Amino acid sequence: MFDESFLARLKERRKKWEAKKDGYSQASRPRYMTVSGDEVDILYGPESIDGRDYLEKIGFPGEFPYTRGVHYTMYRGKPWTMRQFSGMGTARQTNERYHYLLREGQTGLSVAFDLPTLMGYDSDHERSHGEVGKCGVVVDSLADMEIIFDGIDLGAISTSMTINAPASILLAMYVGVAEKKGIASHKLTGTLQNDILKEYIAQKEWIYPPEPSIRLITDMMAFCADHVPKWNTISISGYHIREAGATAAQELAFTLADGFQYVESALAAGQEVDTFAPRLSFFFNAHQDFFEEIAKYRAARRIWARRMRDKYKAKKEQSWLLRFHTQTAGCSLTAQQPENNLMRTAFEALSGVLGGTQSLHTNSMDETLALPSEKAVLLALRTQQVIMHETGVANTIDPLAGSYFIEHLTDKLESEAEAYFAEIERRGGVLQCIEEGYLQREIAKSAYRYQKEIERKERIIVGVNDYVMKEKIVIPVLRIDETVARDQLVALHKMKQSRDNDKVKRTLADLAACARGDGNTMTAILDCVRVYATEGEIVDTLRPIFGEYQEPPMF
Amino acid sequence: MTEKIRVLLAKPGLDGHDRGIKVIAAALRDAGMEVIYTGLRQTPEQIVTAAIQEDVDAVGVSILSGAHMTLFPAIFNLLRERGGGDKLLFGGGIIPDEDIAALGKMGVARLFTPGATTTEIIEWLTRAAPAAKKNDKLL
Repeated sequence: MFDESFLARLKERRKKWEAKKDGYSQASRPRYMTVSGDEVDILYGPESIDGRDYLEKIGFPGEFPYTRGVHYTMYRGKPWTMRQFSGMGTARQTNERYHYLLREGQTGLSVAFDLPTLMGYDSDHERSHGEVGKCGVVVDSLADMEIIFDGIDLGAISTSMTINAPASILLAMYVGVAEKKGIASHKLTGTLQNDILKEYIAQKEWIYPPEPSIRLITDMMAFCADHVPKWNTISISGYHIREAGATAAQELAFTLADGFQYVESALAAGQEVDTFAPRLSFFFNAHQDFFEEIAKYRAARRIWARRMRDKYKAKKEQSWLLRFHTQTAGCSLTAQQPENNLMRTAFEALSGVLGGTQSLHTNSMDETLALPSEKAVLLALRTQQVIMHETGVANTIDPLAGSYFIEHLTDKLESEAEAYFAEIERRGGVLQCIEEGYLQREIAKSAYRYQKEIERKERIIVGVNDYVMKEKIVIPVLRIDETVARDQLVALHKMKQSRDNDKVKRTLADLAACARGDGNTMTAILDCVRVYATEGEIVDTLRPIFGEYQEPPMF
Repeated sequence: MTEKIRVLLAKPGLDGHDRGIKVIAAALRDAGMEVIYTGLRQTPEQIVTAAIQEDVDAVGVSILSGAHMTLFPAIFNLLRERGGGDKLLFGGGIIPDEDIAALGKMGVARLFTPGATTTEIIEWLTRAAPAAKKNDKLL
């Protein structure tokens, strides 16, 4: 990239500068490192990016390898979607929160379900005791989903649903709600998380073992290609991997490795790469290390595009695009001095935007304590609006490109990810690595290292290990009381009495036959959902056929 | 040489956030304790059975889902019923002050909230576990 004589002169000047620099005040910290623990140099210059072919490595937005962004006009043409993840208590409470957020300028919905719903238990299951409506909204059947989306035009808004093991059931319910509203399924837009691999690796909300879980996913991909073509069938998620303690490189590598696995599974199921790949999307964390995060998103786009084109032979450009949602890092928030979380979230959100995200969730300052209050949610949304309209960062595309440091970090993360891909392959692939606990151990090691750095004060967290104040937490937090569970049990009981129970039995029996054979499970699940079979009934039908996942022991 | 402190670490309920408990497991082990980690989604029944079978000195429970007022009392009462009332029950999670007070009154030995360091937890266990054992022998 640079000519020899320039590089020689540069080297000379740098040497002089280094010598001079030593005469000035020296490091106040023993190490300078990223959030991921990687050493950072005091200065980056042209030599840091020497030998790169600009067109090949960086190029133009909307063009291969998409380092600078997936769209030609980026935020001028498509401002990122402000999509606040939200859901709590009963369906009605959640519906009210959605109307509030939409009134305040939110542009997409994102449903948070409670733990029993995420795990496939109805509210009246004994394992649901104490957890109904706590971490999200409770959903037992189509009846609840009808209330959640009451008064919301599903033909006009896009909805993301954070649901994994029972994802087929919740998508079926969403399609069911649309049918009742008279909206054709091909008009629906939105995203299912539906990423079971990262459940085994990090978030741990699984039901069935990998093989039948992947069948449910590939069945859904086939169903959506025919009936819900604008739906993003999987949101391949690094978010939870990062929250569990991974470094930026691990988040990048394990997430993309999961993505490759889904591609390979769908190919093995006989699907054409260009039919499903355009509907794959991603979900990344925005952690605190500003530059490292921006570089991570840029590297992710480049790696995905290369693999999709060169290894999986996708022909459509749409198949090469890594489109992603970003959420600011929940694990970076502190219970101490919680108002400080506003600033943390703002910086993190800024890195997501500078990294070219397609949609964004900003955490609320009180989320380490409980579900967020209305005031905190509003401030989180306002943070995005300030970034979009006031800071000017969205005016031009990928404004940090060409920065010696950013390009160096982008390349570095890419090569660290490549090293992990090689190691994962050497160990027999992602599924084998999960089975052996390799990925889980790598993440746990990073989490422990990070905690030790904080305790040794190699890393300062404001309000936690420095600038500590005696304080009483005064932010009003939202508490979900037990009346939610009581109300839900009454509603569930009533619904079961009023539906046609013969039809429920029949459709569940058909689902069991389909699961034992090789029919499309998604179609059979939709039939169950339409007649108000509950989520728990559907999962209880599949569990004995598919089996239950057991985590490999860690210690 | 003093006997090693034996600790059972457990994660009850449906919540799968196990970053914290795995960090604690690694730290206690590095501090020379014997650690048994039950894995995820253990019922109070399973946790108490394991605690008694493994004859541990302390049972540490991590709950981040908001279900602490259901799960801690369930584990505490079962421990007492099964003759494990001498074992220290402690825990960690996002637990409001008033709930900490209520659980403390009931007999939960100690609850750690966000910001607690592994050093604090190790120091507390090193002090409290032998003391609990001694009391038990005196009884």
